[in-house]
Amino acid sequence: MSATPDISRPGAPGGTPGSARSGIAIPEWVRSIRPGVALAGLVVAFFVVAMIVPSLLTGQDPYAVNLEQTLQSPSWSHIMGTDQSGRDLYARIVYGARESLLIGLGATALGMGVAIALGVLAGLGNKWVDGIISRGVEVMFAFPILLLALLFVAVFGPSVTTEIVAVGLGTAPGYARMVRGQVLAVRDSGYVEAARALGHPYGSIVRRHIFPNAMRPLVVVMTLGVGQSIVWASGIAFLGLGVPPPSPEWGALLNAGRNYITQAWWLEVMPGVAIVLFSLSLTTLGRHLQQRLEGGVNR
Amino acid sequence: MATYAEPAGGAAVGVKPRRAPWAKRIAWRILGAIFVLWAAATFVFFVQQLLPGSQATLILNQQTGNQQSYTAEQLAPTEAKYGLDQPVLTQYWDYIKGLSHGDLGNSYSQFKPVTEIIGEQVGPTLVLTITALIVAWILALGTILLTSRRRKSVSTLGSGWEIFSAGLPYYWLGVILLVVFSIELKIFPVQGGTSIEGLVLPALTLAIPLAGFIGQVTRDEFEKVLDQPFVTSARARGMGDLAVRLKHVLRHSVLPAITLSGWAMGALISGAVIVENVFARPGIGNMIVGAAEHRDVPLVSGVVMLVAFIYVISNILVDIAYAIVDPRLRG
Repeated sequence: MSATPDISRPGAPGGTPGSARSGIAIPEWVRSIRPGVALAGLVVAFFVVAMIVPSLLTGQDPYAVNLEQTLQSPSWSHIMGTDQSGRDLYARIVYGARESLLIGLGATALGMGVAIALGVLAGLGNKWVDGIISRGVEVMFAFPILLLALLFVAVFGPSVTTEIVAVGLGTAPGYARMVRGQVLAVRDSGYVEAARALGHPYGSIVRRHIFPNAMRPLVVVMTLGVGQSIVWASGIAFLGLGVPPPSPEWGALLNAGRNYITQAWWLEVMPGVAIVLFSLSLTTLGRHLQQRLEGGVNR
Repeated sequence: MATYAEPAGGAAVGVKPRRAPWAKRIAWRILGAIFVLWAAATFVFFVQQLLPGSQATLILNQQTGNQQSYTAEQLAPTEAKYGLDQPVLTQYWDYIKGLSHGDLGNSYSQFKPVTEIIGEQVGPTLVLTITALIVAWILALGTILLTSRRRKSVSTLGSGWEIFSAGLPYYWLGVILLVVFSIELKIFPVQGGTSIEGLVLPALTLAIPLAGFIGQVTRDEFEKVLDQPFVTSARARGMGDLAVRLKHVLRHSVLPAITLSGWAMGALISGAVIVENVFARPGIGNMIVGAAEHRDVPLVSGVVMLVAFIYVISNILVDIAYAIVDPRLRG
């Protein structure tokens, strides 16, 4: 079998090591992926598909009530069993992915937004600005996320917005501390000093050098953060203070199943499996990304 | 629910010069703690001010079970009773002054002082969280002593378990334990109340994720210390492997995990909110969910302030524990 030069890749015909492999060309980066990471990728892909087109993954209607099939344990026709109204649990979990993932993404985006604003201000501001923001962030650590969420529920009433805001603000201090650290590290780096020496205006240094370089590691943090936000948000919904019942959002499923725990364990266990699988997979992917980024720096 | 992804946040406000004399450092720490509490109280107070609509309407609807609006004359007595007719800054001053005397205001739904309600409920929650903290330490150190730097398969299993368990949400872990040990195997009661048998599963639910997290932090440190010269010299003196690990390595590798424990007390109480609801166990966590549902703002704020207080106290205890474990820090 002769090696077919891969013309789609620039520079490949020149014969860099590894490009002249015979047979089906498996790119190096695919080979280097460990099975655990591949599995995690599959799980995340599954839920992303569930979020966008849930009907691809199940033919069942998540809202179809069937009173002859209530509280059925998992079987071939209902692989995750049915709930108290005879609705298929697997279909509900698949359809619930959209709301759960959107809540997770929303909370992480909000938390990150607040954190970036505070972190950049603290990192670039003078001693006083930095001092005030850093002290404020430390104080916020005294509030566990769940208790902050309960305070918000008491003040604003339970709703999805409250849930997102509470989780977002609850996670912001941790991110803010990280952003500040990144900004400080980049601010004092050689290339920023060089740009300053060359007489570039301060605004453009911040925009072109400091901001992009400080933000890059945060991509990983965001990946980890979405999983954690979903875990927190489901916790709030589990307590009955989040998305209200008919919704198949994962936390709402957990809350709805609580009354049937002695008869139908699957109603509590299965949505939990979805949450744990998804957040664990995101964590695995995030750590993998992190190693790659750090490896890239060392090389 | 165990998201221990945040960096271990020491309250660390007054952490001033390393070499300052002992007494001066303690004074700084206490000042720092008071500052954190004041700032936390300020935050909680102003969040309350963001309440949409009037607070008096909420209270009246709460007490009568209606959902209606009231005229200014109808609201006036309630506003006067709770001091809501005062300017915001006066209310703020009264709130801070009350807090400094340990007064957390009155509950909207139970018509009692918040401190009284918390006093009735705090016992079982403290028993639960402190038991969980101890169990977590035992689990984490046990795993480390037995699996760290052993055969590759064993140590991979140990660290893999730590990563997995640290990510387990409390509500799910609790449900699994409940289904397996209470409903199927019938070893523990489904609703244990405050009995000793009823404490086992809730405490394990809180302890397992925390143990995973303590384990992760300690393992790195533990493996570093195993390479230190004093470990080699202890082995050369003929000390057994387990003894070396217990007497020399452990002591040097627990510092990061001690830092974590201060932060963990706050996290454990928020975990207790979930766990008490899973196991229908009485306590602060069970009570606060009902309070949030009834929008009993003073009661929820009171618990939040209590947790901030516990967080601050635990971080001071952590500083003291540091000095006990590592005499070099005694200054």
